[in-house]
Amino acid sequence: MFEGWLSIVVFLPAAAALVIALFLRKDSHIRWFAIGATVLNLVLIVITYVDYDRSLGGVQMVDRYADWIPVEGLRAEYLLGIDGLSAPLVLLTGLLTAVAAFASWRITLRVREYFIWLLVLSTSVLGVFLALDFLLFFIFWEIELIPMFMLISIWGSGRNRYSAMKFVIFTLGGSAFMLIGILALFLSSGVDTFAMVSIPSEDILGIPDLIAGKDLLIPAGVIWFFLFTAFAVKMPLWPFHSWLPDAHTDAPTAVSIMLAGVLLKMGGYGLLRISVGMFQETKGFQVQDVAWLLATLAVISIIYGAIVTLRQKDLKRLVAFSSVSHMGFVVLGVSSIVGVGGTVTDAGLNGAALQMVTHGTITGLMFLTVGLVYDRAHTRYIPDLGGLALRWPLITASMVIAGLASLGLPGLSGFVAEITVFLGTYEVWPWLTAIGAFGVVLAAGYVLWMMQRTFFGPRNERFQDIEDASFVDMIPVVALVISIVAIGVFPKLVTEVFKVGISELVRI
Amino acid sequence: MTAHDLWLLSPELSVAGLGVLVIIVDLIIDKKTPLIWLAAVGLLVPLGLTLGLWFNTPETEIGVFGTVTADRFALFFHFLLIGTTGAVIIAGATYSKKFVGFQGEFLALVLLSVSGMMLLVASQDVITAYVALELSALPAAALAAFLRTDRSLEAGLKFLLLSALSSAVLLYGLVYLYGATGTTDIAGMLEGINSMTADGDRAFGSSAIILGVVMVVAGFGFKMAMAPFQMWVPDVYEGAPTPVVAFLSIASKSAAFAIVLRVLYTALGTEGLASDWSTLIAILAAITMTAGNLLALSQRNIKRMLGYSTVAHAGYLLVGLAAVAGNSDSAGFIAGPQGVLFYLVAYAVTNLAVFFAIIAITNKTGSDMISGFAGMARRAPLLSVLLALGLLSLLGIPPTAGFLGKIFVFSAAVDSGLAWLAIVGVINSVISAFYYLRVVRTMFLDEPESEERVTADVPVWAATLVASAGLLVFGIAPSSLLEFARHAVFGVIT
Repeated sequence: MFEGWLSIVVFLPAAAALVIALFLRKDSHIRWFAIGATVLNLVLIVITYVDYDRSLGGVQMVDRYADWIPVEGLRAEYLLGIDGLSAPLVLLTGLLTAVAAFASWRITLRVREYFIWLLVLSTSVLGVFLALDFLLFFIFWEIELIPMFMLISIWGSGRNRYSAMKFVIFTLGGSAFMLIGILALFLSSGVDTFAMVSIPSEDILGIPDLIAGKDLLIPAGVIWFFLFTAFAVKMPLWPFHSWLPDAHTDAPTAVSIMLAGVLLKMGGYGLLRISVGMFQETKGFQVQDVAWLLATLAVISIIYGAIVTLRQKDLKRLVAFSSVSHMGFVVLGVSSIVGVGGTVTDAGLNGAALQMVTHGTITGLMFLTVGLVYDRAHTRYIPDLGGLALRWPLITASMVIAGLASLGLPGLSGFVAEITVFLGTYEVWPWLTAIGAFGVVLAAGYVLWMMQRTFFGPRNERFQDIEDASFVDMIPVVALVISIVAIGVFPKLVTEVFKVGISELVRI
Repeated sequence: MTAHDLWLLSPELSVAGLGVLVIIVDLIIDKKTPLIWLAAVGLLVPLGLTLGLWFNTPETEIGVFGTVTADRFALFFHFLLIGTTGAVIIAGATYSKKFVGFQGEFLALVLLSVSGMMLLVASQDVITAYVALELSALPAAALAAFLRTDRSLEAGLKFLLLSALSSAVLLYGLVYLYGATGTTDIAGMLEGINSMTADGDRAFGSSAIILGVVMVVAGFGFKMAMAPFQMWVPDVYEGAPTPVVAFLSIASKSAAFAIVLRVLYTALGTEGLASDWSTLIAILAAITMTAGNLLALSQRNIKRMLGYSTVAHAGYLLVGLAAVAGNSDSAGFIAGPQGVLFYLVAYAVTNLAVFFAIIAITNKTGSDMISGFAGMARRAPLLSVLLALGLLSLLGIPPTAGFLGKIFVFSAAVDSGLAWLAIVGVINSVISAFYYLRVVRTMFLDEPESEERVTADVPVWAATLVASAGLLVFGIAPSSLLEFARHAVFGVIT
């Protein structure tokens, strides 16, 4: 690929937003244009993904402007690049952005602003995954807040203003600590770059190599916790999760899809790339030292999230809490970095990475379906629903697939990810893994019980006159179902790339 | 005084001369609009002279009996002050119609005040600095009272009284410094202090210097809106005419920070002393930003809220000031002041954008209350977006200049071993999200009081657009401004 390719990928949605802001006036034009832009971007991303050379590995398609901030005290570069860890997540982002754009079909309130914010959001998330300069990463991380704030507070429902502010404050609080961590890393002696990885082809020696075995400005453990806080809030990990159910419940459908599908993955990506990738050889503190903490928090998140999910009566809140549980599996997989007897198997980390992608597609599909139900029934309160299957077979089918994937049915993507996580962590944390695996049983409980109460049971007369999902509604559903089945049947599609990225991440 | 001295002083003199010219022309002509253009276009003369000085004088040029300099540092601030003043004059064009019959005086007072500030940043002698400070403060007090409403008069009087008080404190502090070092020359003070450590037999010894530093910081702290000397800020901001508030919040604060930087880094920059005042400033910074942000949370009047916000930003700037000791290499040593200079420019364009947007909107709605901005996104889409952008820059969200400004001062702080202060700073930024975003939310979410479009006059609209463009440009491509600031910093670091 030519230089500048990744910049095009990142900024295409923002450019589309600019075109909408300046030139487009009619709502229907704006809708089609936004959808077109996201689909085009998805195509570009698929090309990028296919073009990424797995046999070569490493960071590829580097896009670099070294003199971006050239002062002595703060030498930041504009540095984009893709590797095995980020490539599948970029693919996920492209897919879910297009899905979200389709799911926004029925938005009628302030359409122009809505799509502008959605596209800006897409650019910022892609930027987070593709930026390899720590400061640039942070900038994209922060930019993402504003579109989310607007999307939740203007187009949301319920206590949307409260939820939007809560989301912003939680994330800002987390990133405040991250900023200090980043600055402390950069200002440590011997470090004069913000590069997050080493890129031999560009003569870049990244922070992980520069800080290995050296004294840092403030103790490595403190820096690690600063950075970890930001990622734990974003993921979210118990006990930092309380913003998530509010934000999800009150956000519009497409925004929930983006939030659960890709925004939470920013946390998981940060955890892998930074918390794990940078702190395996630091002096005085390694991420292995706190693997027990990660595993414990992960298991608490899994079990606590699942139990709370069981109790939910609002469909959206239910899916939201299930995310807490599922993201726990990511952290559980990551905790296997401590290894057994000095050897680390990649399985846990691979599972964690795969779980991010599968959770993105599965939860995206769930929110999409909940949105379809809500659009028609105008309620998400489970006791008011029931018997929808007879009237709306398409919507029901979509939820059944999502639900079965979510509870880990073999042949669908959730199973592959969870089994890989368990395989990787069982040797390291047998007891914790056993408890965590119980989360799958609980998942079966809340998913099946929810489906029984919502979709099955006696015919509900209230919704007799309302039509099933339309053709346009089904386009994103089908896209997600295909990806779920594809990864479930042929996980190599994603794991092959992740494997490259993870093997480069593990340094011990 | 030689011709060369006049050349060095030419920017200050030409601004003051322009002020006098405006008064004279005001007596002759009846229509007042040409005065605004005279003042705005006339500022090109000092701008040109400053440019000429930048390219034609050696870096350490000192004149007028060693009291005034035209080093890069002073010239950097001349650019900032002239630019701010020009923008305020243009943007205030419509607003100043409220000053029936006094438009000429308004412009003249602004120009005289800024000439004082320019002299202040160029002072190489504390007596000159003191005189310059008074020259800048007295017209400012009159400006604050210019609306002649109760609140405006209260603002003027408060500013005048507290300004006088702070000057007294400052003077007292300067006396101590003079007593301890035997000179009023800023560069000479450093020698005095260095020799003192050698013989150590002067009255009071080094405690006189510490006392002097505390009082000098307190005296200038009034102008910087530093806690605990910030009490005047909200009242003056609420009562004074909005263009004057914009002018005070940027020009006055920048000039105060400039002279404090010069005194602290040039006169008191020895290693032992620096660690003392660095701690003092660090504590004041923490108090200032926390007080400003917490008090801003409950404000209902947008000018009052921005008053507290300006206090908070004084706190962030003080963080950069406190970051005196670089980590190891000499590069780190200039990071603090360089960050402060960048921050001041970033803050200037941001605050200009915010205040101009507010002027444009309140010119039509007539209310300074935040609730008056409800639904403004529908009534004035572009102005609302620009105002939101400015508020996000104040909050420090990328890709705005405010974000990079904060990054620079906080990284300088971490580098100087003040990581705790940087943590206080970022937590404060999170707190500030509440009140900045509340305004954004009000504009974009709430139902408007009426559907009537709010259209701005061309001058204020254009000024807002230029300032907003500035905050984006400095936020995305900061390298040239940083280079500029780096040159300037070498004026005060020896």
